[in-house]
Amino acid sequence: MPAQFVLSRAAFVELLAALRAQGYRLMGPTVRDGAIVYDELSGVDDLPIGWTDEQDGGTYRLTRRDDAALFGYTVGPHSWKQVFHPPAVKLWRAVRDERGLRLEAEPLPAAKTALIGARACDLHAIAIQDTTFLHGPVVDRRYEAARRDTFVVAIQCGQAARTCFCASMGTGPRASAGFDLALTEVLDERGHRFVGEAGTPAGEAVLARLPHRPAAPEDLEAAAQRHDAALAQMGRRLDAGGVRELLQENLDHPRWDEVASRCLACGNCTMVCPTCFCTATSDRGDLAGREAERWQTWDSCFTMDFSYVHGGSVRRSTKSRYRQWLTHKLSTWFDQFGRSGCVGCGRCITWCPVGIDLTEEVRAIRETPSRPGPAAEPSHGHP
Amino acid sequence: MTPTAEPPATGPSAFLPRSFRVAAVHRETAETRTLELQPVDGRPAPAFVPGQFTMVYVFGVGEVPMSITGDPARDDRLVHTVRVVGAVSRAIAGLRRGAEIGIRGPFGRGWPLTEALGRDLIIVAGGVGLAPLRPVIYHVRAHRAAFGRVSVLYGARTPDELLYRRELARWRRDGAIDLQVTVDRASAGWTGLVGVPTLRLRQLTIDPARTLALTCGPEVMMRYAVRELEHCGLDAAQVHLSMERNMQCAVGLCGHCQFGPDFLCRSGPVLRADRVLPRLAIREL
Repeated sequence: MPAQFVLSRAAFVELLAALRAQGYRLMGPTVRDGAIVYDELSGVDDLPIGWTDEQDGGTYRLTRRDDAALFGYTVGPHSWKQVFHPPAVKLWRAVRDERGLRLEAEPLPAAKTALIGARACDLHAIAIQDTTFLHGPVVDRRYEAARRDTFVVAIQCGQAARTCFCASMGTGPRASAGFDLALTEVLDERGHRFVGEAGTPAGEAVLARLPHRPAAPEDLEAAAQRHDAALAQMGRRLDAGGVRELLQENLDHPRWDEVASRCLACGNCTMVCPTCFCTATSDRGDLAGREAERWQTWDSCFTMDFSYVHGGSVRRSTKSRYRQWLTHKLSTWFDQFGRSGCVGCGRCITWCPVGIDLTEEVRAIRETPSRPGPAAEPSHGHP
Repeated sequence: MTPTAEPPATGPSAFLPRSFRVAAVHRETAETRTLELQPVDGRPAPAFVPGQFTMVYVFGVGEVPMSITGDPARDDRLVHTVRVVGAVSRAIAGLRRGAEIGIRGPFGRGWPLTEALGRDLIIVAGGVGLAPLRPVIYHVRAHRAAFGRVSVLYGARTPDELLYRRELARWRRDGAIDLQVTVDRASAGWTGLVGVPTLRLRQLTIDPARTLALTCGPEVMMRYAVRELEHCGLDAAQVHLSMERNMQCAVGLCGHCQFGPDFLCRSGPVLRADRVLPRLAIREL
């Protein structure tokens, strides 16, 4: 393990200033509309100081802590895909005039971005989106440009929500890769400080310019207690063993009908999921018929339009749409990208208006598996 | 001699259409038109493998995937047959000579023509499903000696809905391939075959060991085609079919065309039947 160091709270403030001075825009947690979201930070005061969150199926509440922790909460409705794979992106613009049709690509994003307070689950989610957009047969140049110059200050979780299950997915609660600096926030009788490690030469270079000292055994012990607390508080678990095969073998399981009777097909789970990547393209024109734009926006497999082919949608029932989402996330993701698409962050449980819990759905199928019978009717054909 | 073009390099250009001009419009049926398109920049039209598709953009209206239906040996134009099924296809079908449109692609995996070399071919097409198979027919006819027996079974609902009628008549006359055209419902004056094309499979003389089958049409027709071909002694692995799903990015990043583990725009639209048959049996997958 690399040498651990200790930053005071004041030194943490200097860290943010140093990153800004290097031209990074700081993206991190802040309180807005009753939730902790990710947005651009001007400094430490924008952080949710002294706030925490209470989460459960369909429930999210901010409450006051009895201390002034900067990172005393877990993850909110946003994820870092907001930064690298934004909800709406203009791809190009077309102009039609007497000279004909001209198409101009939008310039690629050029921002240097520092992520302040990324959690272990989210670092895995970023790695998963990197696989989707950068390491497949086709590279998304826009994602690549947004992602290129990123500095990651990870925060090791010191508490977990009732919806968290990263431990069972092998993605947390402790971040072991994917960061430049990883910090554990500690508040005790020895003071408000951050016990941390550098993960890259870039992290070491930034650290070298900050006041810091080597971690003492007491600091390491205090940090380990925080990690243990997060692990102990983990409210849920998903038995991921063999889930890839389990779902494929149970595409006609009655549980899909049961969950469909509760699911509103609102798509919240896909919006808050840090790995869901689907997009729709739409064309917008001006009234004069001279200019048009192509936009790419987040889309959800829960919408009827998602699977539309002429004559109708392939997935008309809510059952088929929930099944598509869950089997993609936990099963066909392996075929496509070599791993699970779930990082155990629990956002889809918290932000489901009716509190549908994928760990429960998997458990229900596991407890009463039924291999698929012969299909009674053919699948959707071309009309 | 086998077209082997790969999809073009991607990046922002993968999302940016290239301008083409409509060089000719042919009325096929009441609902279908065939458009010949030429690049505005004067450079050759993109090379393609039969079975690949492009994304066709109409200014201010939208973009849809469309099979390439022209001759793969010609690089002076790109040919698409469009059936009116929605706003964008209606706009495409309504384009006049000289109009400009945008094209991205070609994309996807086409028919296995290398594997087909030296073998007997059975082609089963239903309705506009003939469009992505026509480039195969052009290719086979241009290299006739490289293939064994070639049978094409083509069905449409009515005689009025048959595509490429003059060309089909010419192909029937010269006998280079065995072409059988059938309709579900005959009308006055129809003297040809009646019934779905899959039912004609059992009447063919088939040497299963040296045969490869290609099919495109409604999913239900393709399912029956595979079943009948299996009855004739073929393995599902010798049958290839072309699938249709919602496609928006065409490079496997938007997620819409997922069919189980496959992004159909990338690992399809042409897939081996043994891979997809179990999935075709599951409703709303």
